[in-house]
Amino acid sequence: MRPVAIVSFAQTPFVRRTRLNDAELVMEVVTAALERARLPRHEIGFCCSGSSDFLTGAPFSFVGALDAVGAWPPIQESHVEMDGAWALYEAWVRLQHGDLDTALVYAFGRSSLGDLQDVLVQQLDPYYLAPLGADPIGLAALQARALLDGGEFTERDFAEVAAQNRARAQSNRHAQVRGSRPAGALLDEPYLAAPLRKHDCPPISDGAAAIVLAAGDRARALCERPAWIAGIDHRIEPHALGARDLTRSPSTERAAREANAHERPIDVAELHAPFSPQELILRRALALPGSTAINPSGGALAANPIMVAGLVRLGEAAARVIDGVAARALGHATSGPCLQQNLVCVLEARP
Amino acid sequence: MNRAAVIGVGQTRHAQKRTDVSIPGLLREAALRALEDAELTFRDLDAVVIGKAPDMFEGVMMPELFLAEALGAVGKPMMRVHTAGSVGGSTGLVAAHLVQAGVHRRVLAVAFEKQSESEAMWALSPKLPFQPPLVAGAGGYFAPIIRAYLKRSGAPDEVGMMVAVKDRKNALKNPYAHLQLPDISLDTVRASPMLWDPIRYLETCPSSDGACAVVIGDEAGARRAPRKPAWIWGGAMRSEPTMFAGRNLVDPRAGRDCAKDLYSQAGITDPRREIDVAELYVPFSWFEPMWLENLGFAERDQGWRLTADGVTALDGDLPVNPSGGVLSSNPIGASGLLRFAEAALQVRGLAGEHQVDGARVAMGHAYGGGSQYYAMWIVGSELR
Repeated sequence: MRPVAIVSFAQTPFVRRTRLNDAELVMEVVTAALERARLPRHEIGFCCSGSSDFLTGAPFSFVGALDAVGAWPPIQESHVEMDGAWALYEAWVRLQHGDLDTALVYAFGRSSLGDLQDVLVQQLDPYYLAPLGADPIGLAALQARALLDGGEFTERDFAEVAAQNRARAQSNRHAQVRGSRPAGALLDEPYLAAPLRKHDCPPISDGAAAIVLAAGDRARALCERPAWIAGIDHRIEPHALGARDLTRSPSTERAAREANAHERPIDVAELHAPFSPQELILRRALALPGSTAINPSGGALAANPIMVAGLVRLGEAAARVIDGVAARALGHATSGPCLQQNLVCVLEARP
Repeated sequence: MNRAAVIGVGQTRHAQKRTDVSIPGLLREAALRALEDAELTFRDLDAVVIGKAPDMFEGVMMPELFLAEALGAVGKPMMRVHTAGSVGGSTGLVAAHLVQAGVHRRVLAVAFEKQSESEAMWALSPKLPFQPPLVAGAGGYFAPIIRAYLKRSGAPDEVGMMVAVKDRKNALKNPYAHLQLPDISLDTVRASPMLWDPIRYLETCPSSDGACAVVIGDEAGARRAPRKPAWIWGGAMRSEPTMFAGRNLVDPRAGRDCAKDLYSQAGITDPRREIDVAELYVPFSWFEPMWLENLGFAERDQGWRLTADGVTALDGDLPVNPSGGVLSSNPIGASGLLRFAEAALQVRGLAGEHQVDGARVAMGHAYGGGSQYYAMWIVGSELR
């Protein structure tokens, strides 16, 4: 495949309720990402974004956000109704054609415009699942229960994940939720939806993120230490919860293999696990060695902007390569109830 | 860039309400027909790309998630494209890109809309803060643009009605088409109620339930395909902002740029002579002459003459929408892919009663948003 790298990443601070509209959020991150790469807007070869109309409560919400890109003269552009990580995948595919050298990827989401618990119910099978009103926290609790029943993990393991992520988020200025309470103290809290406590669940976040991709020599010209994409792949599982083993993530396992995740050790992994038990499932699926630093950003437990959080994981992983902390990093994104769909992107520094 | 071709095409019977099938059932009807055409099964596919217009049309957020099983996508990559009305075309292009990039060898593109699950007029007319509510759906948005074209070009009133009649007559030859109006004539169109001046009821597209699927294969797969492949000669997408001072809504630059890019990829210098048949996204009759100009088939303000002279009729020199087009079937998210698929059927010689004799080069075209999103491809009967 043609070598393509992440050369720049920008994100907004993530907050419970932004006062900015979609175009303003996107404007902030697109401008920052392009400035960081010193890439003028008119030199962007391809543009792809990820968002959901259901968050905005309006059709074509991505159309308005296009104003932030400056699509004049007209641009080559596409949009996925998916997390921005899949927009990055589409852009990576497009750069493989060889006729374009750069791509801008962005994602935005404002969960504050509606009741996110109610909105995400509409993401379920409309015939068999949505009428039950199963909200994301309830579904994640079922998954957590299955994990406990498996006997390999305890509620303390969940609390450890939460404590570690909130502690790491203290050094992430974009994070929405930070904390210093140890796992033992967290376990004294009441259940939100047993066996999940509040700390096991993500915050509700507004925000946006943007990434610049570049191919070959162009990447080296735009970035001193580009985060080269060593592999990227995504897989989907059945939607019906009863058709899956909720304690495993075979789609993550497969995507990791296809993305060459196991070729060499991963120094840093950014996992998109909105609920703490999901990080345990993902760690197992990815078979990460003990030396891998997981979620230095605090992960989705520190900020979980729907449609954006996956792209942020890829951006954070790339940033660790770009800033020299990691030689090889892994970014993961998920979509759908209980980790239904998963994407793995392996990034590395190259001499 | 690797070569790619359409090796399977399928579509549903389009209708106002397909109450006989669920959403997965609707998609499977199209997908299984495309697989049957290619003599493949879901097992043979590397990836699935789904496209549809706003999720509010069915009231399901990101419906591709619950469609994974029905489309045999479990364990595979699945993507969901949404680029407004052009989405069907974009879905075909994203699927083609995967093959052209060498990532996959066989990809299924499926696009759909089950409009009867909701109310498109409502879904298209939300009241947003700080924006004037239009509450008029797509017709209300596009009518002033058509009026501007009429004023500018001096086209006679009848041309819009001619398009409405022509496309519905073509639809009579297409067993999948939603509208079957054997008695349509200039008189019935003229007598139909004026909805958004100058768009009459019979000059507008229906609301349809329907789906379309295409299987895209790599060169080796296309050569092994049981039926003639439609080779993809080029594909292009362009977008421009909805509103800005001086924007030409009648003849948008994004459409012109997209066509220019497309023709350059396909090695076409004179589209009027070199393209044998075109499936253009014409949801309101007057968009046929407007797109003929935008796409370079006619000079500015002269597109209507092609329609008036019968050039775009099924037996004309440049048949436009032999399938009956969007005016006869409009499952919105699928409408673009239907244009792409019908173009492929033409060059494969598999368009049945609405086959254009000797079609070798065909164009599929889709647009969306406020005439601001474009997706197009050109397919040929031979490898270019």
